[in-house]
Amino acid sequence: MAFVTANWNPLGDAFYRKVELYEMGWSLKDGLRECLVAAAPYGGPIALLKEPQRRSPSARPQLEIYSSSGVTMASFVWKSGVVKQLGWTVCDDLLCIQEDGTILIYDLFGNFKRHFSMGNEVGQSQVLEAKVFHSPYGTGVAIVTGASRFTLATNIDDLKLRRLPEVPGLQGAPPCWAVLTQDRQSKVLVANGADIFILDNAVCTPVNPPGLSPQATSIVHMCVSFSYKYLALFTDSGHVWMGSTDLKEKLSEVDTKVRNTPKQMAWCRRPKSREPSVVIMWDRHLLVVGVCKDTIPYHLDDDSVLVPELDGVRIVNGTHHELLQEVPAACEEIFKIASMAPGALLLEALKEYEKESQKADEYLREIKEQNLLGEAVRQCVEAAGHEQEAETQKTLLRAASFGKCFLSNFSPEPQVCMCRDLRVLNAVRDYTVGIPLTHMQFRQMTVRVLIDRLVYRKLYPLAIEICRYLKTPEYQGVSRVLKHWACCKVQQKEEADENIARAISLKLGEAAGISYSEIATKAYECGRTELAIKLLEFEPRSGEQVPLLLKIKRSQLALSKAIESGDTDLVYTVVTYLKNEMNRGDFFMTLRNQPVALSLYRQFCKHQEQDTLKDLFNQDDDHQELGNFYVKASYQEKKLEARIGLLQSAVDEYNKAKNEFAAKLTEEEMRLLRFQRRLEEEKGECLLGFSLHDTISTLLSLGLHKHAEQLYKEFRVPDKRYWWLKLTALAEKEDWEELEKFAKSKKSPIGYLPFVEVCVKRQNKYEAKKYVSKVTLDQKVKAHLSVGDLEGAADAAIERRNEGEIGAVLSRCSPATDRALVERLNRAKATAAKK
Amino acid sequence: MAAHLSYGRVNLNILREAARKELREFLDKCAGSKAIVWDEYLTGPFGLIAQYSLLKEHEVEKMFTLKGGRVPPADVKNIIFFVRPRLELMDIIAENVISEEKLPAPREAHILFVPRRSLLCEQRLKEQGVLNSFTNIDEYILDLIPYDGDLLSMESESAFRECYLENDQTSLFHTAKGLMTLQALYGTIPQIFGKGECARHVANMMLRMKREFAGSQNQILPVFDTLLLLDRNVDLLTPLATQLTYEVLSCDSDQCVQNGFKFAQKKPGEGGKDLPTEPKKLQLNSAEELYAEIRDKNFNAVGAALSKKAKIISAAFEERHNAKTVGEIKNFVSQLPHMQAARSSLANHTSVAELIKDITTSESFFDNLTVEQEFMTGVDTDKINTYIEDCIAQKDPLIKILRLVCMQSVCNNGLKQKVLDYYKREILQTYGYEHILTLNNLEKVGLLKPQTTTRNNYPTIRKTLKLWMEDANEQNPNDISYVYSGYAPLSVRLTQVLARPGWRSIEEVLKMLPGPHFEERQQLPSGLHKKRQQGENRTTLVFFLGGVTYAEIAALRFLSQMEDGGTEYIIATTKLINGTSWVKSLMDRPEAQIL
Repeated sequence: MAFVTANWNPLGDAFYRKVELYEMGWSLKDGLRECLVAAAPYGGPIALLKEPQRRSPSARPQLEIYSSSGVTMASFVWKSGVVKQLGWTVCDDLLCIQEDGTILIYDLFGNFKRHFSMGNEVGQSQVLEAKVFHSPYGTGVAIVTGASRFTLATNIDDLKLRRLPEVPGLQGAPPCWAVLTQDRQSKVLVANGADIFILDNAVCTPVNPPGLSPQATSIVHMCVSFSYKYLALFTDSGHVWMGSTDLKEKLSEVDTKVRNTPKQMAWCRRPKSREPSVVIMWDRHLLVVGVCKDTIPYHLDDDSVLVPELDGVRIVNGTHHELLQEVPAACEEIFKIASMAPGALLLEALKEYEKESQKADEYLREIKEQNLLGEAVRQCVEAAGHEQEAETQKTLLRAASFGKCFLSNFSPEPQVCMCRDLRVLNAVRDYTVGIPLTHMQFRQMTVRVLIDRLVYRKLYPLAIEICRYLKTPEYQGVSRVLKHWACCKVQQKEEADENIARAISLKLGEAAGISYSEIATKAYECGRTELAIKLLEFEPRSGEQVPLLLKIKRSQLALSKAIESGDTDLVYTVVTYLKNEMNRGDFFMTLRNQPVALSLYRQFCKHQEQDTLKDLFNQDDDHQELGNFYVKASYQEKKLEARIGLLQSAVDEYNKAKNEFAAKLTEEEMRLLRFQRRLEEEKGECLLGFSLHDTISTLLSLGLHKHAEQLYKEFRVPDKRYWWLKLTALAEKEDWEELEKFAKSKKSPIGYLPFVEVCVKRQNKYEAKKYVSKVTLDQKVKAHLSVGDLEGAADAAIERRNEGEIGAVLSRCSPATDRALVERLNRAKATAAKK
Repeated sequence: MAAHLSYGRVNLNILREAARKELREFLDKCAGSKAIVWDEYLTGPFGLIAQYSLLKEHEVEKMFTLKGGRVPPADVKNIIFFVRPRLELMDIIAENVISEEKLPAPREAHILFVPRRSLLCEQRLKEQGVLNSFTNIDEYILDLIPYDGDLLSMESESAFRECYLENDQTSLFHTAKGLMTLQALYGTIPQIFGKGECARHVANMMLRMKREFAGSQNQILPVFDTLLLLDRNVDLLTPLATQLTYEVLSCDSDQCVQNGFKFAQKKPGEGGKDLPTEPKKLQLNSAEELYAEIRDKNFNAVGAALSKKAKIISAAFEERHNAKTVGEIKNFVSQLPHMQAARSSLANHTSVAELIKDITTSESFFDNLTVEQEFMTGVDTDKINTYIEDCIAQKDPLIKILRLVCMQSVCNNGLKQKVLDYYKREILQTYGYEHILTLNNLEKVGLLKPQTTTRNNYPTIRKTLKLWMEDANEQNPNDISYVYSGYAPLSVRLTQVLARPGWRSIEEVLKMLPGPHFEERQQLPSGLHKKRQQGENRTTLVFFLGGVTYAEIAALRFLSQMEDGGTEYIIATTKLINGTSWVKSLMDRPEAQIL
């Protein structure tokens, strides 16, 4: 604790510190000499390719992958072409850029994933240099070819190669260049002698860094900050120019007094940096050059590599891994010698308290008097986040909670969060994991990405622990990790399908939101079809199972899963697929076993393929439906004979369906059609297609009574209906004579009230009255009333002594004109009521 | 704008707002001016979600109806097709797009599938070679549309036909999806009851979908306590019967359009002649105070209600004579707009009531009702009915006949073969042979059937569930039977019994009705269990699969309002139906070629 400031160096108004992260676990014979090194930001993995230029087959170079702590993750002999550059993608995949423009992608464990090319032109002129860069659009690659032309791809997962315009006067490789992302576009900044150009898609623009010292004749090195906002240039005169990447503003220029070309250069700053700087590395010499023109020199024991980070620079060499950064404000306030900041006082108070000294109270009082206790707690919490040592973290957090005891209404949230975060950070910083994230990096990259990183490293138990500890929602956390685990598990070729499936189901169990179909797809891709099917059975979302099942040609299973999902569209999809895949017979048989699919397919056929519909019914021996089908079809026919032919088919089918009644009705229809045609020919009347009722009605109105009679008998029309029919037809024709004859022909099966009403409807009361007498007693009142004969109605009602009927008559009488009648009715009503 | 949706126990405006938000998001995806080409069927349902003004705000400048040929010229950047996923529509769209591409400056095309996109349709577009012509292919999930403060409908016309006749369960899938959406907004419904095959299917799908979404637990406090899923074919009788509430009668008449209706307003013209004026359109929903009050009343009680209202309003107008002080007058004037609105609304409803009265007092209406009630009480249901015979003989509208025959069959648990054949032959001879297909359909869905056993269990059902109440009080109802002047809708009785005392008491009857009955429970995350206040009512969502009638809605509203009921009901359905539209949807009419 006492030595916290031991490794601090002042730079302008701030301090810089170099903290050791790890003593490297690897044992490299020659350190990093003659190695191609790529270290991923955010404490990512490190790839080494020793002596990349070695070409003889007897001694091929070795490619090794390590964690940031130097733990071996993969090591294999490089057998492909000459590698010009290594780089890491945002998904922790290793990019190996070869001289011929081919890029090979490996995973963390050295498994080959895929490859792609940077274009034909590149292949011919060879890659001279390459850079891997990151932007919001993913991981990009930029190369410069032997023809001094740049080619760039912003996102290797969505490869779109762009060949940038020519740089005037450039021959061979440029002395230095960098990629930057500006205005949602990736550009290349390139130096040629003292000239600088910006290359974008279309043009090559010369630019002038404002205030670049005139001694310089060429720019030999450049670097862009982590955020692409700042640029640093190193000239042959030993000057470092610092400014913004848009080259509009100069921040500073410093003479380093060193004229050698640096090996590497990197910005060292943090968001809200007070004293940003550029770190320049030569063979054994490291110089921190502040914008404030102050410098800090360091000696290097060994070949090293700088890894720029969001909030500092990591320095890796053959034995050690260090972090160089500006001391964060909170830490400075607390630990600076003789600091009187509230955080520093609080820490002192805690120390005194732990010594059981009353001085603790004095310190506390001092903070409280200034009303700064809250601030003090906040400082301690924040500083804890910036410290690497667990002991220091603990002390600071203890100080914070000590201070918090004397505060009311102070939100515990930040402190609780910090404790939680630190616990996670310390876990992943552990030597065995080797992800040396700072708190600021962790917040920037989010838990989600950290979990991803752990998953890529197959550190499943740790990832799950962290998810549970941070209470990440299951489907984002534990379930996702388990899915990756399972995807990895299915690739274990030596294990039996049975065992893997069981292991997976056991572990994943009821975990929420697991996509078994994704796991199964993975298994299928690894050539384990049987395993894929087994895994699919665990998938709760039937819909998800279908596409894969179709892909692995388990179409029958796909069909039943689609049906299970209830999604009819999915069923249709499978059915259409099956239809194209199978021969018709098999297809029909398949459908036959799946009634739901069958009826959906029938629906489809009804609108799209009538003939198929018939075949379907035929196959099922569904004679009833076939009959209906023919009936429907018959209406499509324009020719009578064709229509009758189809109706005959319908009759046959109905008979086969044992629906004799329908067959008989159909036969009758055929007979009717023939009759109508015959009559049409004889009389020229248009009758075809009429119902029997309408036909008879038309015949009657035409006076063709004989024919009507014939139909009545032949089709066994019930008497009642026939009488109604004839009655209505005759009345409509106003053929009263015929009507009367008809009424007398025999006793009416419908009574005579309809006669009365029909006549009244045609406004012929005279005719109507003829039938009133024939009406049966119980309807007499109604009959009298409808012809308007109140007297008659009254007589009938009184005779029947029916109260309701008397009432009905009464309601029709007007008291003024029918006074006598009303009285009579009222009397009758009274006597009827008495009974 | 849609305030009437938020008055009820459950604020259905949330659902509407969610739907509107999604629509806006889609429209904004297609930058620039746009024309919408409508699948005509969708305009009605969309009208309930968004008015033209909303579309206009998002640069919709023109609207067309989808038809063959090409989209009419309009100076817009985008053309958006709003369609149901139907193959026949895809062919039309393809035709439109192909002719569009021949133009010198083709407009950008988009498709919005309602309620769900379909692989099958996209496949068809691909076959037609136009799939890549679309900039956006999207789906607009519109399953349950808020119709009124307590009413949701999917407006799926053919749902009953598809489910029960064609065995096509697409609409059930949409139902389940719709219920999932509803649960996402209103919380998981802890209890699910159901009766019928389709209900079982929907519940299964819901439970399955819940498992699929298992990762994201719903943290919303449940608004609904219970979901009751009812198959329409559990109660085939109710929609067949003539409905007698004001709302129904005003909608059964031909002038009814989607949630509103037009009627020709008669104005006494000069010389005593009635001059029909421009048909007037009334928006009818609970937003209108008077309508909300009278719509669920039995028609026989509407007259009294209207006259009572008239008295209140005129009394209110009389107030002005008593207004002496300036303050009183000011108070009176401030109420004027409201009173005037009430008066004009009263006038409207009085004219509607008069129109309806002409129908309800006619002899044929009365005769028809008498026969229906005879059937419902089980009088002579096993014989050929003379009234039906006479109606056929006089060639009354076919649908009326079909409704009566089906009703007789339902009330008799099937007709004797002889009786059935007789009716069938009569119908075919009178209305034409082509109706053999319709009759076949009615048989398939169980509306018509030959008696297979001699035992008719309808009387048992009627007695146990008290489907017939002799002394139905239409004016001041005390039982749901008022909606049919005696008959209590079976579906609503099942709902009522479920709430109290529970279905266990009617196990026997449930077994007689078609399909399984079941109960499912959905686990709630801890902490979301409702603590019921003393006297707080339960909320039940009743979902009618295959359609619901206004009379049933009225009955359920009546139950909600009963003081000691203890349960409030929200109603959801695939489609609002009446006997006529329902039977019509089951008819098959081959278009005859002229011979």
